[in-house]
Order: sequence, then structure tokens, then C-alpha cells
Amino acid sequence: MHKLSSFGKYTSQFAISLLLILMLIAFTLASPATFLGWSIYEAFLSTIPFFAIPALAMTLAIVCKEMDMCFPSTIALGGFVFAWLWTHTGSLGLSIVVGLLAGTAVGWLNGFIVVRVGVPSIIATIGTQFFWRGVVMLLCAGLALDLTGIRETALHHVFAGRLFGVVPAQALWAFGTAILMWLMFNRHVFGDAVRFTGDNSETALKMGIDVDRTRIAVFSLMGFLCALSGIMVCIEMGSWWPTQGEGYLLLVFASVFIGGTSAFGGQGSIYGTCIGATIIGIVEAGIISAGLSGFWTRTFYGVIIVTSVSFYNILAKRQK
Amino acid sequence: MTPFLRLENISKSFGAVRSLHEVSFDLGSNEILGLIGDNGAGKSTLIKILSGVFPPDSGAFSFDGKKVNSRYYSCAQARKFGIETVHQDRSLAEKQSLWRNVFAGRHITNSLGFIRIDLEKAETLKILYDIIELTADGLDPDLPVSVLSGGERQGLAIGRAMYFQSRLVILDEPTTALSLRETEKVLGFIQKIKDAGKSCIFISHNIAQVFAVADRFLIMDRGMVVADILKKDTSLIGLTDRLLSVCQKEIPHA
Ligand SMILES: Nc1ncnc2c1ncn2[C@@H]1O[C@H](COP(=O)(O)OP(=O)(O)O)[C@@H](O)[C@H]1O
Ligand SMILES: [Mg+2]
Repeated sequence: MHKLSSFGKYTSQFAISLLLILMLIAFTLASPATFLGWSIYEAFLSTIPFFAIPALAMTLAIVCKEMDMCFPSTIALGGFVFAWLWTHTGSLGLSIVVGLLAGTAVGWLNGFIVVRVGVPSIIATIGTQFFWRGVVMLLCAGLALDLTGIRETALHHVFAGRLFGVVPAQALWAFGTAILMWLMFNRHVFGDAVRFTGDNSETALKMGIDVDRTRIAVFSLMGFLCALSGIMVCIEMGSWWPTQGEGYLLLVFASVFIGGTSAFGGQGSIYGTCIGATIIGIVEAGIISAGLSGFWTRTFYGVIIVTSVSFYNILAKRQK
Repeated sequence: MTPFLRLENISKSFGAVRSLHEVSFDLGSNEILGLIGDNGAGKSTLIKILSGVFPPDSGAFSFDGKKVNSRYYSCAQARKFGIETVHQDRSLAEKQSLWRNVFAGRHITNSLGFIRIDLEKAETLKILYDIIELTADGLDPDLPVSVLSGGERQGLAIGRAMYFQSRLVILDEPTTALSLRETEKVLGFIQKIKDAGKSCIFISHNIAQVFAVADRFLIMDRGMVVADILKKDTSLIGLTDRLLSVCQKEIPHA
């Protein structure tokens, strides 16, 4: 008779929550004036959702043992289709629906190339990242689109307004998306299929899971949520610009890996990604308000990513 | 009478390697078939075709007289037909929990596809305690498969097959990694399959084990079925001699 144990199922979730709290305390001590007021938190809540939403989808992709390097361009394309349609038709509903469809189509195509053609996802999506960025550049002739009037519409309030004048609407959208993704990942057969596919696709197949369909669905979902993010950025900023989404590459991967999602597939945490995105989102503000130069931010990101992934690896080894 | 399963001229090659060549046989609806043969004889390839891992290059098979369309046949389809396979390896996803492994591909869900987790965990515990009689402390359906020993993993895969009351259980060398006591348990399972009126294809290197539980034996050699013997027509020694004579033919210099 031997004893079975699973080493700290919640250890990593606890550790990352603690890290966030410690960071908040440190920043508050360094610049109490900033971190004891609401406005810095309103700023966080308005910017973090834009990369947290793609990071949620990326979590599923990584668990599925796939990589989507194309997503910054998907954000730009979704945003562009939305912005162009709105400036040409004035119909917000139509622009949003078609923008979301465009993003989903880009994601689906990535999935098709990876699954049906068989190109490794990291290579395929680096290719499509350049391709779609090139396409939007050609379509917009390198110029930004001005959407100033959008701030007067009712839907602006739905997507980027301020609830009670203080809580950014996009934070609520991100929160809702996070809950849906948590349910999908932990409670739904789709999340189960994603886990098994990423854990061991041969086993998944033997268990009757449609591995190919699952992988394509993961890419499509990625495209859909990227477009959602791109559209919300446009509505918040009142403009679309050709390099939209580019800055999110590092932020999204950092959020996912800090959150404890395994780089080897099969395991991940939606909660972790949410906290990871929050940590990534407050680092820059914390550093600047502490009086350090903005150049420290990247150094800090780098340290956090390597430390957290090392930490999880050690944890996983001890589990064995 | 139509047999439960009929295979006709099944062939399969991997590149230049001819793994199966025109394999044909019938399996009855309450028959325990022992599939024996040297390493590389094509046993695993054969059962992978039956369980939907890949289609044959040519040939056909049918269940209850109904021909299987290999274009639409898959592991999911095989399971729907009531064929449950415990593969030689990779029958379980190691990082996933026990309950997820038991129900993967056929979760109990509501109409929206959300899993009834509490129910599945309770059923998993039943399998662990009642069917495979695990005795480890702290058994929890949330544990990942990676904490189980080799024997316990095999037990879980077999317990899963028992739980779903499949019509045909295929076991590909299930006892290789097992202790004596665990092996006894597996042989007990096969007896239970027989008693429940179901069928089984049992692959093993250990002729004594196969002889103990099977009704009939197929000897395979280099992709072909070279002997089809009923238990009542042979003895353990007779079967062993037969297998040895097949193996010896493989080494003409000896
Ligand atoms: N996926 C595969 N790719 C290439 N060759 C294979 C594959 N599967 C099996 N074979 C070959 O087919 C032959 C039969 O293998 P297998 O069915 O595993 O035999 P057994 O289970 O009887 O030991 C072997 O020569 C093996 O190398
Ligand atoms: Mg084999």
C-alpha cells in the first residue's frame, strides 16, 4: 500500500496571487500618493483588458501545444475591418460583427494551415503575422483611421465607457470573457479536448477526441478574441492605427507564462493568466511612479518571465 | 449465423514494411480470443485498425454483418460500436486527472456540453474502489495519472473498459508491466468479460496466461494468421510447440 499525493494543486495559484499582492505593497510603499488613489487603478482597468483578452485565448492555445505568433496582426486586422466599415457605413453593429468575423477567419486560416497542411504552428503563424500586417498596411496605405465620432455613440459606452463614471467597461468585458473561458477550460468538453490534445495527441485520438477540429477551434477562438480586443482598442482610443497590436506580443506571452501555464502543453490556468496580465500591467506604472526610468520595464519583464517559468519548472519536477 | 466481428483480407503496410497481409478471421459474440505471435508479427497493427487508430490499406471488416466504412471509421466510432481498447501504450493522458481520463471523449454533460463533474468524480471513485480495487491511501479522482504506478495505470485503463460495458474489449499486452497479483486481477477481468457475455481479444507474450483464459487462439507471424486453434483441440504444451515451430521457421540458419 502506498500513499498517493498531488503536490499542491493550488500552490502555483497561491504563489502568483502572493506575488501580485507583494508587488502592490512594494509599489504603494515606494509611491503612496499614486497607489492609494483610484485613478491609477482606473488606468490599469482600462489598459490591461486589451492584452488580457488575447492572453486568455493564448492560454488555451498553449495548453493545446500550439503557438499563435500571428495574433498582433489579427488584432490590427480586426480593428481595421471594424474601423473601415464604421467610417464607410456608420453602422456600429455591422462593423463589430464583420470585424469579429474577419478575426475569426484569420484564426481559422491559421488553424487550417497548421492542422490540414501540417506546418508547425510557430512557423506558420510567424508567416501569417507578416502577411496580415502587410495586407492592412496596403489597405490603409500606412495611414491611421480617425474614429473621433465613435465616442458619442451608445455602443462606445457599452464597450469602453465608464460604469458609474469610474469602472472602464472593457474591464467588465475582460472579466466576463475570463469567466466564460474559465468555464470552457475547466467545465466544458471543449476545454477537456484541448487539455488532452496538448497533453498527448495520440492518446487524445485513441480516446475518440477530434484532435484536428479541436486545434482549429483553438486558433479560431484566438482570432475571435483578438478581433474583440482590436475593436475595443479602437473604440477606447477613438482611432485605429497601422501598428495596432504590435506592443502586445511580449505582454500576452508574459501574462500566460507568469500565470503558470505549462510551456509543454496539457496544463494551464485561466486564473493564473488573469493575475499574470495584472502583474504585467502594473509593472510599468509601478516602476515609473517609483521614480525609475521607463527603460527598467523591459528588464523587469524579462526577470519576471524567467523567474516564474523556472519556479513552475522546479515545482513540476518536485511533483515527480 | 453472422459472427459478431468479421475481418476479410485486411492488409496494411508502413512504407516498405508489410505489417499485415490478407488477415481474415471471425470472432463470436461471447468469445475470448488469444492473439499470440512474436514481436513485430503485426498484432498491435491489427487491433489499431479495429479500434480506429488508422484504416487498413485494403480489406474490410464488419460488425454484426454491417460493413464498416473505413472513411468514416475512427476511434470515436469504434467506441460507439462498443469496442474498447487498452493499447500497449498511451492509453492515458498523464498530466490529466483520473476522472478526466475515465470519461475523456464521452463525458456526461448537460445539453450545452458542460461536464457533470461531481457525478463523474463519484463514478471514477467507484471504478477505483469497486472495479480495480486500488488500495492506495488518499485516493482522489482529481489526482493526475502521473502519480499512479504502471500497474495502476493499466488497471485504470482496464477498469474504464469494464465500466463502459463494451461488447468487445481489446487488451494489447496488458500484463507486461504488471506484478503477479496485478496480473491475476487482469486475468480475472477477462473471465468477467466472458461471464458477462461479451467478447475479448487478448494479446500477450505469455502463452500460459493466454491459454488460461482464451477460448481460441490465433497465431500470427510476419503479418499473417498462420494458425487458428480452438482450446478444446489443444493443450498448453501443444500450443507452445505450435508457436515455437512458427518462430523457428523465422531463423532458417538455426
Ligand atoms: N506506425 C508505424 N510505422 C512504421 N512501422 C510500423 C508502425 N507500426 C508498426 N510498424 C511495423 O509493423 C510491424 C508490426 O508491428 P506491430 O503490429 O507493433 O507488432 P506486434 O504488436 O505484433 O509486436 C513491425 O515491423 C513494426 O515495425
Ligand atoms: Mg505490439
